Amino acid sequence: MDAASSEITWIIVAGAVLTYMARFGGHVVLSRFKSVPPRVLAALDAVPAAVMTTLFAPVALTNGWPEAIAMGLVLLVGLRFNMTAMLITACVSIVALRHLFG
Amino acid sequence: MTDADRADFLQGMKDCVPIVLGSGAFGVLFGALAVDNGMSMYQAVLMSATIYAGASQMVGIDLFGSNVAPWLIVLSIFAVNFRHVLYSATIGPRLKSFSFAKKALAFFLLVDPQFAESERRAERGKPISFSWYLGMAIPTYCCWVTEAAIGAYFGKFIGDPTAYGLDFLLPAYFLGLVIGFRRRRNWLPVVLTSGAISVIAYKTVGSPWHVSIGAIAGVALAAIMAKPASPEAVADYEAGDA
Repeated sequence: MDAASSEITWIIVAGAVLTYMARFGGHVVLSRFKSVPPRVLAALDAVPAAVMTTLFAPVALTNGWPEAIAMGLVLLVGLRFNMTAMLITACVSIVALRHLFG
Repeated sequence: MTDADRADFLQGMKDCVPIVLGSGAFGVLFGALAVDNGMSMYQAVLMSATIYAGASQMVGIDLFGSNVAPWLIVLSIFAVNFRHVLYSATIGPRLKSFSFAKKALAFFLLVDPQFAESERRAERGKPISFSWYLGMAIPTYCCWVTEAAIGAYFGKFIGDPTAYGLDFLLPAYFLGLVIGFRRRRNWLPVVLTSGAISVIAYKTVGSPWHVSIGAIAGVALAAIMAKPASPEAVADYEAGDA
């Protein structure tokens, strides 16, 4: 196993340990408090959307027209339909638009 | 095993069918994209078997493909999975009858749909027995791990991923997840802030810092916008104490 590959394995193991701590620790830690500050709850609640937005926004807005238009189409489909429909839209539209603009 | 245990286990298995069907494509997609991003089949399966949280696994393989520092990848996986702290705190009081070992196993298997179905069952006034919990969790877990292997195996046969638009699937998947959160409080301001700040950071500071900077901006905004002791927030927390 080369260095980069063993590094990936260690990242996976560390990620797994921290994920398990989150799954077990929430009960252990929060059950000791009578009340959790609302700002902390609101911040925790916002974490998934905040993190994941940073993973698609630059792709949509800095890669070019095909990515920008395709992401807009995926957004429209996502407001009405499920994830499968969104991913099919993503695949079909990006291939077509890249062909068109390429 | 008593008859009641057996019935609960079977009911759990029945309850997990829509989840297994719904997440099946993503389990396979994860395996395929993992191999595409330079992971071995063994690592793809290891990731599904140990982290066992779809969105964070996708974040992980997305960052493996870039030049992001290892500790930042681990931190990103943890950040995406931090919501489980809330699930754990909410569901903990419902598992009072579980021994420590049973709790330890139950929390390992506490994925989003397991949490959602457990809450649904509790709302209907039915107890969350260990048998029901495992009846639901074991098939879900086994399928998820198997799907990673299947995806990784067939992913090797896909040549240039951009030719099929596969490189665009991960960002589209994250957009889909974010749309799924749209009923949360202050969702739009958080998303717009994280999006705008991450694009600015991407252009100025550069990748991978745009992830942390954009995420922190959105989370900070949510904390600032939260009303001190807002009734919903307290209700959300106390629901778990019932």
